[in-house]
Amino acid sequence: MNIGWYLAVSAVVFCVGAFGVMTRRNPLVVLLCLELMLNGANLALVAFSRMWGNGDGQILALVVMTVAACEVCIGLGMIVAIHRRRLPIDVDELRELQG
Amino acid sequence: MSALLFFIAAIGVIAGAIGVVTLSNPFYSVLALVGHLLSLAVLFLLLRAEFVAAAQVVVYAGAVMVLYVFVVAYVGGEEQSLDEQLTRRARSRGADGRKLAGTLFAGALLVELFIALLGSGLKAVSSVGAPYAPGPRAFGTPAYIGNLLLTRFLLVFEAASLLLLIAAVGGVVLARRRGGLEGEADEGPRYTPLDILRPLGTGTMTEGVEGLALAHARSGEHDDGDAHGGGW
Repeated sequence: MNIGWYLAVSAVVFCVGAFGVMTRRNPLVVLLCLELMLNGANLALVAFSRMWGNGDGQILALVVMTVAACEVCIGLGMIVAIHRRRLPIDVDELRELQG
Repeated sequence: MSALLFFIAAIGVIAGAIGVVTLSNPFYSVLALVGHLLSLAVLFLLLRAEFVAAAQVVVYAGAVMVLYVFVVAYVGGEEQSLDEQLTRRARSRGADGRKLAGTLFAGALLVELFIALLGSGLKAVSSVGAPYAPGPRAFGTPAYIGNLLLTRFLLVFEAASLLLLIAAVGGVVLARRRGGLEGEADEGPRYTPLDILRPLGTGTMTEGVEGLALAHARSGEHDDGDAHGGGW
């Protein structure tokens, strides 16, 4: 398979994720769509790594997975904190960052 | 054979992504993301990234998704009140505009990315990748990745571990109980049977820190200090 096919799939996944981030209102689903965008970038990184026969892209993909795990940890912690304060779980209602 | 596998996995990846965005129940979105991640791991395997594929399945589709499922079960189960639904209906006109804007933005981004990818003029994009070096295959194996991580990318490795530590501490700080629950505040100080049998000054930690007299003077107002200070 050409590398271009993999890059096309990664572009589609990234755009679907961007669409979800812009349209969904539940912060949980927004976080899931962020994961989609990161996965699209990961696929492109691994494809480029295969293209040059060089492992750097795979290392960067692993680092992106680490960053995604940290982001999930912080994001879910924030959602749990929002839920504890009985605030609505909705990104349109949560306009102010001030607690 | 690899082309067939690629198309099956690619359809799974894109269908999972669309499922995440379109399904209304967050729980089903998480399940769609699990399917997406498993298909993506197949694509990684096709690209000879075995270790990344394994880490994807174990870390992402395993651990992170379990965390998501727990939070969805904790947060998403509550029913919406009626006035919330009413404001939601009143805002549905705004939702149409947002959906249109999102579609336009994502479509423009997709066209731009395709122009960038297919018109890039990189010869290697239309090839099947770098040829294999002779000898036993090393590219993408765990030994290869580990060797790179501990030699060339040691700083990246350490920075990632520090980032994970910071995220763990931040998650604990964010999700802790501030000031305790409502029912917890009017509970008195907790006594165990050992407290009755124990004579004064036999070395609890409070006595060690504050001195004997101060610790026992404070034990009367113990519940105030506990309810506010000892949130976690």
